[in-house]
Amino acid sequence: MSTDTLLPPALDLRGVTKEYPGTPPVRALDDVDLRVEAGELVAIVGQSGSGKSTLLHVAGTLDRPTAGELRISGVETTSLSDDQLAAVRARHLGFVFQQFFLLEELTATENVALGLAYQGVAPDERRARAVDLLDRVGLGHRGHHLPREMSGGERQRVAIARALIGGPSLLLADEPTGNLDSRSSQSILALLHELHDEGVTIVVITHDPEVAEMAPRRVTVGDGRILTEER
Amino acid sequence: MSTARVDTEVQAVPPSRFRPGDVAAAGFGSMTRRGARSVLSALGVSIGIAALVAVLGLSESSRAQLADELDRLGTNLLVVTAGQGFGTTTATLDTEAAARINHIGAVQRASAVAGTDVTLLRNEWMSTTDTRGLGLVGADGSLLDTLNGTVAEGTWPAAVWETAPVAAIGAEAAQRLGIADLSAGPTVRVGNRDVTVVAVLDPLTLASDLDRAVIISRPMADVVSGDELTPTAIYVRTDESTVDTVRSLLGATVSPLAPEEVEVTRPTDALAAKASAEETFTALFVGLGAVALLVGGIGIANVMIISVIERRTEIGLRRALGARRSHIRRQFLAESVALGLSGGIAGVLMGSVATVVFAKIQGWRVVIPPEAAVVGLVGAVAIGAVAGLYPAVRAARLAPTDALRGA
Repeated sequence: MSTDTLLPPALDLRGVTKEYPGTPPVRALDDVDLRVEAGELVAIVGQSGSGKSTLLHVAGTLDRPTAGELRISGVETTSLSDDQLAAVRARHLGFVFQQFFLLEELTATENVALGLAYQGVAPDERRARAVDLLDRVGLGHRGHHLPREMSGGERQRVAIARALIGGPSLLLADEPTGNLDSRSSQSILALLHELHDEGVTIVVITHDPEVAEMAPRRVTVGDGRILTEER
Repeated sequence: MSTARVDTEVQAVPPSRFRPGDVAAAGFGSMTRRGARSVLSALGVSIGIAALVAVLGLSESSRAQLADELDRLGTNLLVVTAGQGFGTTTATLDTEAAARINHIGAVQRASAVAGTDVTLLRNEWMSTTDTRGLGLVGADGSLLDTLNGTVAEGTWPAAVWETAPVAAIGAEAAQRLGIADLSAGPTVRVGNRDVTVVAVLDPLTLASDLDRAVIISRPMADVVSGDELTPTAIYVRTDESTVDTVRSLLGATVSPLAPEEVEVTRPTDALAAKASAEETFTALFVGLGAVALLVGGIGIANVMIISVIERRTEIGLRRALGARRSHIRRQFLAESVALGLSGGIAGVLMGSVATVVFAKIQGWRVVIPPEAAVVGLVGAVAIGAVAGLYPAVRAARLAPTDALRGA
């Protein structure tokens, strides 16, 4: 696709290593190269302890690699300060977590709007965009509800809307269906596919092969390394 | 290389922002959501600020009251008494001393009072031991004017003071003698004769001894006691501006040979001294208020630390959404400042109410110094900020990955 070549890769890891101090040091990521082009939907599959969570944290700039380079939409991050990394997360990254991490005291709309809290967007505009995005994930009628009044599937939809509201270059989803029953899981996966079809770049991290099956590209990790790649 | 081309296309990433309105909303929002806990943690600060405002308010009110009182009584009253002489003799004032003082130009009026040891009874049938702790004094007719005194019942018999067997009685004396109504012409027994009470005085703040006295004219007191009485005290009202000058002249005027044996006092000084003694108590209460504030600050710090622990995942989430460490710090500082400010507002209100109630009970003019309210609020905010500093720094230091794992 000609348009894609003009865009930098959404995620580009080159020789990324992550070691945790200890005796001996624990090498959670070992010389990982991974490139995710804009518009891709990639599943990263691995058992617990395979290093996939570390991969998510490093790829999400929540943790710094011990060695190697990380680019987010072309931005070289290893030399950035803590505050600059925060800016990269605000502008380029959207996170979806297994435990949703919605603020219990905020309504669905407020939770979605929180996704723009650190971008200097005026409150009215945040709210307007939150309402739109809730509508997009099929929860237009639930805007004023609190998280505890919603099902797990609905909560994860709110979390996905929150991750999307800033227009991220990359959506990082960590076991997005891990806390859901199979029906809710299906609908969340369907939503991710729809978003992918609309052009959102998505990396899903999962231990569940069935979830991975639905992705056009699957990367299997084990022992901190990339074991296989399938397309 | 293609990556080089790509890099040049990368736009600079605009920094994360946390709008001041959002900081305030986050701080006040989480405070109000933690209802009871917030109230309890702010209570210490409230009590401290209330104590400070009340103490300052009450001391201002009492000072205003004193100023009013001094204004009414006049600070230009001096009292001359016989001091202790050298050796064993006791100095005395002579009967003409008041007249000589009246000749000093700057003296408006001088009135002598002479105490007696005449037995004073409600009537002639009472036991002679039943004097009810009251005394009989002889006084000049100008006494009431000199003291700026007022009459509660009847009238001061200026015209017939030295010619008729009449008496004025002090407020306390009226109560102890059971004389409230003068229409029936009540009398009291002084020595071997009756005198008619024609005036009951209001309390005399600057000469409270006279509140417990039955006052008759000096000539009559001489007659009753069968002796020429020398004054025990001379009250001197001077011009407002010449109090000190007159004061320095009085010794020599009264006792030219031994001016140092004459004691001159200014009764309003005693009132002011009493007020400054009360300031010591004020300082004590301010100290107690400060301790309450300290405890209140510790309470806020405590609740903020708990808040940080409980909201680990919120901190992690906000960092993932693009919050800087400083944004997290600001959010928690805003919350503890909100607690301090709310405590301060409540404290100022409580302190003001306490001041109004207590001042009303005392019959004082209510004065709440605006500085007290301002200092109270600023202090409360400062305490909130200081108390929140450590928890906020701790929250900001939390690594996002640790925070998100803590679910």
